[in-house]
Amino acid sequence: MKLETHSWPGSYGTEAKPRVGFFTDTSVCIGCKACEVACKEWNHVPESTQPFTGKSYDNTVMLDANTWRHVAFIEQRKELGVDGGGSLAQSATLDQLVEEAGLGTYQEGDGMRWLMASDVCKHCTHAACLDVCPTGALFRTEFGTVVVQEDVCNGCGYCVSACPFGVLDRREGDGRVWKCTLCYDRLKDDLEPACAKACPTDSIQFGELSDLRERAQARVETLVDAGAEKAQLYLHDSEDGVGGAGAFFLLLDDPEVYGLPPDPVDATRDIATSWKAVGAAAAGLGVALAAAVLGGGR
Amino acid sequence: MRADGGPRAATREEGATRRSYYGQPVIKEPVWSPEIPWYFFIGGLGGASGGLAFLSGLRGNEVLARRVWAIALAALSISPVLLIKDLGRPERFLNMLRMFKVTSPMSVGSWVLAGSGTTTAVSAFSALSGRLRRLAIVGRPAAAALGLPLATYTGALIAQTAVPVWHEARRELPGLFAAGAAASAGAAAIVATPVEHAAPARRLALIGAVAELALARLMEERLGDLAEPYHEGTSGALSRAARGATAAGALLLAARARRSRAAAVAAGSLLLAGAACERWSVFKAGFASARDPRYTIDPQRGRVTRRRASDEHTAASSRASA
Repeated sequence: MKLETHSWPGSYGTEAKPRVGFFTDTSVCIGCKACEVACKEWNHVPESTQPFTGKSYDNTVMLDANTWRHVAFIEQRKELGVDGGGSLAQSATLDQLVEEAGLGTYQEGDGMRWLMASDVCKHCTHAACLDVCPTGALFRTEFGTVVVQEDVCNGCGYCVSACPFGVLDRREGDGRVWKCTLCYDRLKDDLEPACAKACPTDSIQFGELSDLRERAQARVETLVDAGAEKAQLYLHDSEDGVGGAGAFFLLLDDPEVYGLPPDPVDATRDIATSWKAVGAAAAGLGVALAAAVLGGGR
Repeated sequence: MRADGGPRAATREEGATRRSYYGQPVIKEPVWSPEIPWYFFIGGLGGASGGLAFLSGLRGNEVLARRVWAIALAALSISPVLLIKDLGRPERFLNMLRMFKVTSPMSVGSWVLAGSGTTTAVSAFSALSGRLRRLAIVGRPAAAALGLPLATYTGALIAQTAVPVWHEARRELPGLFAAGAAASAGAAAIVATPVEHAAPARRLALIGAVAELALARLMEERLGDLAEPYHEGTSGALSRAARGATAAGALLLAARARRSRAAAVAAGSLLLAGAACERWSVFKAGFASARDPRYTIDPQRGRVTRRRASDEHTAASSRASA
């Protein structure tokens, strides 16, 4: 398990603290949204009133500048066996109804399962947002987390497009970028982040990343043994495209079902390719200029 | 098709699983405003103009050199205004020069633009007023040299994002933008200069236009399925307009622009329009590919599936050899 990032703990020397993060075990999430509320209250995040979406119980919709925790609700039809009481014809009709009505909501008793998951900034080991930030507003803290300094950010918006998870966003009327700080202020006072504190089922677990990774491994093995064949850890692997994340997840279905990218990559991995292409293009432009001006009549 | 999702976003696998979250985007749409594609166009024009002006001056074509320096100065005066206007906090624009980061093309580009703007201002001022001659001896080659990265770094800037059509075109975008810069610098010079002094500008515009058409084609081919936004919707229309205008401008340029000033102005205007539309089509294609989750999810899911298949293959062959 490799937890080192480019600037943590190296650049902090003796002031470095253990790297902390979230293990979000979605198998015990009950969709209460206490994390969303606690986050908003503690961090004084402005309100973001959404209309009724028709997307199950999700009226928060997505992470953005004013939403740093977002609980996703996914309603899935489970195949109804003979014992379930529904005929194949009934199942097909129900599926069609849901498609046509445009609502992702099934009625109780239709043989559905409900997936709920609280999403948050991943505090990646290789954080694209931090790499592309031209002002240094985004930085790696002594806890190994990624935080935006609101007194430095000039709202250039580069991080918004760089994030492979769509976490960062510019706040309207403010112009700067805002996201989860993993409660940097609370960490400094040895308190756990507000969302984890408020979570009634310990679906959001806060702690030292090395402990969390071990705990998560044991948990997913238990679930797979119990027959949850699609149970999987997400962003726990330091070999993945973002080098593993500070906030990682146990999911009961593939990541894209929860609105998460199945194979996210920090674009900075390819920075050498991009600069080489710039070098070649600049050289080509130089040759074209020389050919045009020097290679013919005046 | 569901009302809230893309065409394939709501398709189901194994009857139960939706392959996206209510058809919502996975990544955020860029927050960049129309100032950005205009900057790509005008900054590229200004960057390539520095080189054209410097080399024309070396060659003794003072008429062309003076006018192109004026164009470069105009372009590099507008560029920072566009960039600053796009910021969420424009008054903090100087924070762009707080540090120098090679992992951030925007950081590198800010420094290049600062250097390019300064040296171009000195060179143009000298060319137009006859003063600051000694400073301009250093300024002119510096402006010409800095113009090359200025016209191309913007390709890396958008490539270093999670936006699928941009990141997957990281090898082609800087070249495409360089070609557009050459075409538009040549075209602007043709419009501004009498035909008997504009031969180098015509050659530059022609090389740029041909390269732009070829590289746009190459980019689309390499993007494969991801190139869809270049054929559909607003970005598709802009892409067709870019190619039409560039091709028409190049033909007119080759046929008539040597003799007729009117034809030269028309050809130059078409090439300028083509290069501007090309930047706009790339910009809009990025938005389209960010908005629809299947551009993000499908290639990533493909990578995971291929990786698992090759892992299983390796495991199977190691079992067989054991």
